[in-house]
Amino acid sequence: MTVAVEGGAAAKSRGAQGPRNGPFERLRRSYQKHWYAYVMIAPVVVVLGVLVGYPLIQGLYLTLTDANSLNSSRTIGVNHIDATYHFIGFGNYADILWGPTSWDRFWSHFIWTIFWTFACVVLHYTLGLALALLLNEKLRGRTFYRMMLILPWAVPTFVTVFSWRIMLSDSGVINSVLGGLHLPQPQWLEDTTFQRTAAIMVNTWCGVPFMIVSLLGGLQSIPGELYEAAEMDGANAWQRFRNVTLPGLRSVSSTVVLLGVIWTFNQFAIIYLLFGSNAPDVQILVTWAYYLGFGQQPRDFAQSAAYGVLLLAILIVFTSFYRRWLARNEQLAG
Amino acid sequence: MSTTTEITAPGAAEPAPAAGSGRSGRPGRVRRRGERSRTATALTHGALITASLVAVFPIAWLIFLSLGPDKDDYLHPGRILGKWGFDNYSFVLQHTSFFTWFGNTCLVAFATSVIGVGIAATTGYAVSRMRFPGYRKFMWVLLVTQMFPIAVLIVPMYTILGDLGLIDTYGGLVLVYCTTAVPYCAWLLKGYFDTIPFEIDEAGRVDGLSPLGTFWRLILPLARPGLAVAAFYTCLTAWGEVAFANTFMLDDQKYTLAVGLSSFISEHDSQWNYMAATAVLIAIPVSLVFYVVQKHLVTGLTAGAAKS
Repeated sequence: MTVAVEGGAAAKSRGAQGPRNGPFERLRRSYQKHWYAYVMIAPVVVVLGVLVGYPLIQGLYLTLTDANSLNSSRTIGVNHIDATYHFIGFGNYADILWGPTSWDRFWSHFIWTIFWTFACVVLHYTLGLALALLLNEKLRGRTFYRMMLILPWAVPTFVTVFSWRIMLSDSGVINSVLGGLHLPQPQWLEDTTFQRTAAIMVNTWCGVPFMIVSLLGGLQSIPGELYEAAEMDGANAWQRFRNVTLPGLRSVSSTVVLLGVIWTFNQFAIIYLLFGSNAPDVQILVTWAYYLGFGQQPRDFAQSAAYGVLLLAILIVFTSFYRRWLARNEQLAG
Repeated sequence: MSTTTEITAPGAAEPAPAAGSGRSGRPGRVRRRGERSRTATALTHGALITASLVAVFPIAWLIFLSLGPDKDDYLHPGRILGKWGFDNYSFVLQHTSFFTWFGNTCLVAFATSVIGVGIAATTGYAVSRMRFPGYRKFMWVLLVTQMFPIAVLIVPMYTILGDLGLIDTYGGLVLVYCTTAVPYCAWLLKGYFDTIPFEIDEAGRVDGLSPLGTFWRLILPLARPGLAVAAFYTCLTAWGEVAFANTFMLDDQKYTLAVGLSSFISEHDSQWNYMAATAVLIAIPVSLVFYVVQKHLVTGLTAGAAKS
């Protein structure tokens, strides 16, 4: 019975004062103390190791080869053909980053992806915050508005994207309305600039509800006394927003912005379903990697996987910088 | 004399609109918090109504178009009004594989969420309550796994599943979905377990339960709503997933709804009317589920990440 108590988190403080008996003894103690925790995380560790770790290593290896659908192992009818691809070192990465035409293949998509992520997250956050502030007022019909505003999140993306595709088509409703107002009717699904605008528009429409709901949650957790105190000190509405609301939202904001960046950067469904594979200029890196691996013939598995690894590296670097920056800000503020 | 009266009206500097809310007890009509002028209220309502219209319109438009019987009705929405009906729906339900796709999607989504929650539950508890060597690294792995772009795993998964003969099987798709579902559920559940008071664990230990016993007998029954939310959300994610389903499911009897819906455009030469009807049929059950769980969802999503 006592062993059980010591095994858990309750015994956290104990290990520290024990005599130091060399690394082996310490390992044994740590194992004794924490084995429950390890047993409990074991299922996830095993599953992640098998389902994520192994494919990841396989993928990393593929990026160092010249694998494509012609030289990979495959089965045609009853004949099994063994893989014949070769190890070529970092050739794929070099080719992607500074090979011939790397501007068209990588850097143009890279810049567009950064712009897309930035624009979408800024729009998500500002619109979401504005609507959350409005919904936070005491207002008749607040629940009704809330239900309406989160509808784009409730309906699966692949459904709403088709609706947008109908609306944005050449003689669809959006162009009819623009024509009715004697405004120009752009080719939303053909012209590059407008394709990009349309993609950002649709993604904003899809992503704002999440921001509204989470920021509203954050707003409601700011204690009302803070506003009263600020008002006593003579702060006007803007000052209250600037000095009470924004700091109160800091932790929620940092989280939703991080999630927003990751989700937008990885957003596949919207661009893929809105434009298919026929619009090379509007592909962000994720959809472009998919196109390389599965949208063309022969399928270029090695390059596609290399794009995937580069994408993951970009995200990891961004996330660690972001978190470090947050931690520093927190120290300054607190 | 006149100067003094002017000075006693501090509110005069503020351009207060004529109609306050009749709170005349205070001098100079200083508005209190939570009270607004009628103009401000009207503006708020105006902004919210506009935003709601923008949010609702694409979906309402889809429903409207799904009522039009001909395949180019979407170009002439005005004509639908005269001849609307539910023909598209009956066609989709009777003459397409809608129910097969629906069944496939339910099967895959259900299996993913059960496996995901089942595997992640003990881990969510462990990372919520216990600090062990390697804790930070483990949390970092969980976080990074969630930011995997599909492009990282889709190629190796394709070759591995191909070698195992799992392409075009439900099992293969479920395995692929578990790569994101498992770490994701662990995060969500950690967030939920964090809200259950630690005193309950301590009480359990005092009564002689092992940590596993505490988890199984005390925490798990309390965490049922959290488990349900994690399961539903995993379900919804799997339901709406496009890339993997598109790549790994080749036989049109094994399509999930996301793939099946796209097949209306290429296969039946762009039958937008059937597509719209199918889309509405797909959206209804999911949206209902979503509205049931949405309140708990956001707390889980943000709480997990914020406290890491």
